[in-house]
Amino acid sequence: MDENSLFGVHGAALQVRSQRMGLLASNIANASTPGFKAKDLDFQVALQAAEGPGGLSAAGMGAAVKYRNPMSPSMDGNTVELSTEQTAFAENAVQYQTTLSFLNGRINTLTRALRGE
Amino acid sequence: MADPLTIFQVAGKAMSAQLLRMNTTASNLANAGGVASSEAAAYRTMKPVFRTEYDKATGLATVNVESVVTAGNSPTKRYDPSHPMADKDGNVWESAVDETRELVDMMETARSYQNNVEVMQTAKSLILDTLKMGR
Repeated sequence: MDENSLFGVHGAALQVRSQRMGLLASNIANASTPGFKAKDLDFQVALQAAEGPGGLSAAGMGAAVKYRNPMSPSMDGNTVELSTEQTAFAENAVQYQTTLSFLNGRINTLTRALRGE
Repeated sequence: MADPLTIFQVAGKAMSAQLLRMNTTASNLANAGGVASSEAAAYRTMKPVFRTEYDKATGLATVNVESVVTAGNSPTKRYDPSHPMADKDGNVWESAVDETRELVDMMETARSYQNNVEVMQTAKSLILDTLKMGR
C-alpha cells in the first residue's frame, strides 16, 4: 500500500478489526453449542492481506483465520472459553476505537490544511 | 440463498436461541413434580438442540435451535391409591424433572443472553462512531 495515501495502514486495520469483531461475536454466540470450535484472526496475516490490492478478500481472510487452542477442552467438544472471548472482544473494541481516532486525526489534519487555519 | 449475516444477526439469533432455552427451562420447572395417571401422559424434561449456522461469505457463525427433544429420566411410578389421578392399579406417574440441573441451566442461559446483549451494544456504538468519522 502507498505509504503516502491518506489513511495509510489504518484503513486496512479498521477492516481487519471489524472482521475480528464478527469472529469473536460468533464465538460468543456459540458459547453453548456442542462441538463448536472457536476461531480467531491472525492479525498480522490478515493485515498483510488487507493491505494488498483489492483489500481484504475472502481468500485472504480464510488464510488468516485460525482455530483457538483451548486451555481446558470441555467434554462436549466446544472450545469456546468465555473469559478468553470476552477479553479478546473488549481488547478488539478498544483497538477498533484507537484505529478510528487515528483515522479521525488524519482527516482533521487534511481538513485544517484545506481551510488554511 | 440467504442474505449474508451481520454481526447484529449473529447476536440476535443467539439471543433468540437462548430465549427458547429459557422457555424450555421455565416449562420444565413449572412441571416439576407434576403427576399423571399413565407413563405416556406424564411430563418429560424438554431440551433444545443447538446447531451452528455458518455463513461462508462472511466467515461468521451464529446459532439456531434445530429441534426441541425430550430428555432426562423417565417418569417415576409411585403407588398411591388414594390419589385422585391414580390408575386402576393404584399407581400415579410423577415427572422426573431435575430441578437443580434446570436452575443451573437457567443461570447459564441468562449469562449467555447477557453476553450477546453486550456484544450487540459494543458493535452498535463502534458502528455509530464509524459513521461519525471525520466530523
